[in-house]
Amino acid sequence: MIVAQRKKIPEIFDAIQEHKSVLVLGCGTCVTVCLAGGEREVSIISSALRIASRKANKKIKVNEFTIERQCDNVFIESASEEIKKNDAVISLGCGAGVQAIAERFPDTPVYAGLNTAFLGILESRGVWTEKCMQCGECVLSDFGGICPVTRCAKHMLNGPCGGSREDRCEINADQPCAWQLIYKRLKTIDQLDKIAKQHPMKDWSKSIDGGSRTIIREDHRI
Amino acid sequence: MNDKTFEPKIIAFCCHFCAYASADLAGSMRLQYPSGVRIIRTPCTGRLEVDYYMRAFEKGADGVLVAGCLEGGCHYIEGNLFAKKRVSAIRDILQESGIEKERLRMVNISAAMATNLVDAINDMVNIVKELGPNPIYKPSNGPEIEFNEFETLNSHK
Repeated sequence: MIVAQRKKIPEIFDAIQEHKSVLVLGCGTCVTVCLAGGEREVSIISSALRIASRKANKKIKVNEFTIERQCDNVFIESASEEIKKNDAVISLGCGAGVQAIAERFPDTPVYAGLNTAFLGILESRGVWTEKCMQCGECVLSDFGGICPVTRCAKHMLNGPCGGSREDRCEINADQPCAWQLIYKRLKTIDQLDKIAKQHPMKDWSKSIDGGSRTIIREDHRI
Repeated sequence: MNDKTFEPKIIAFCCHFCAYASADLAGSMRLQYPSGVRIIRTPCTGRLEVDYYMRAFEKGADGVLVAGCLEGGCHYIEGNLFAKKRVSAIRDILQESGIEKERLRMVNISAAMATNLVDAINDMVNIVKELGPNPIYKPSNGPEIEFNEFETLNSHK
């Protein structure tokens, strides 16, 4: 799941100052689950913007709408009418959602209402942690299902670095040492021999370093 | 701003099991509190969505008081503890939006603490009197907000 966080109200408000009416557009998928951009958050942010607008003596009309998914044209279509009624859109989708709206409505300014943070999971109530950095070449099978690329602060494929203290990372003591976790996990599942495997340098061109990525499935193309 | 005639409009969300009963008791005891306080009964303070607080300020409340059970005494075990965290988060959003966070406050009152409730209300009224009217209600903004313009266009699809 994509995990995002609300931007501060003054930052969002600064972006919409010149508009007469804006649509706060929520997304019902990942950002709803991480409590950042669902219908409820749309309502809260809209209220806050109306208050900020009145406080600043501006008469910006703030409307609300939430669609199922902002990164899919089929769902974006259902918001088309509402978007056209407004001067601008504040998207509470992830970065992909904001860009999908901007591409679909080239004449309408679109502003991001969230900071998209990472790909992660809900660890416990109110706590989200990063688990995957989409490197494009998954190595999880070799590491007992624990990703050293994401969870080791040094992204070490041939670890550990030797700096961990009491199972904690030396870079950030709040984080467990990923390599300690890998060791324990491989031992539990009786695959400890895998830890001795040497991994060659990672091909980062398959990650974002090679520019934005595209996947084409000819068998699904029309 | 600090007009002596200013009588703050305070919305008091009171939990059915404690603060609401203590407000009732305050009535029986003939305790007085300012007339600008509007008491709204809720099943539990944990039931209060963030929206309720935001809308109260948006629609003109000068202050919002949330009165829940004593900590550990919630009828639903921990509803008041959820409310406490929520109130703390909303105070930040209000501050970001330009409304002083002191205008929103949570207190813990048991059903027998009528005098404490009245004291909390009086405290709140005094704080809000110091702060003045809700800052989004400036005379230059017109006397009333057009509520219709704030209605949601549509709900979840």
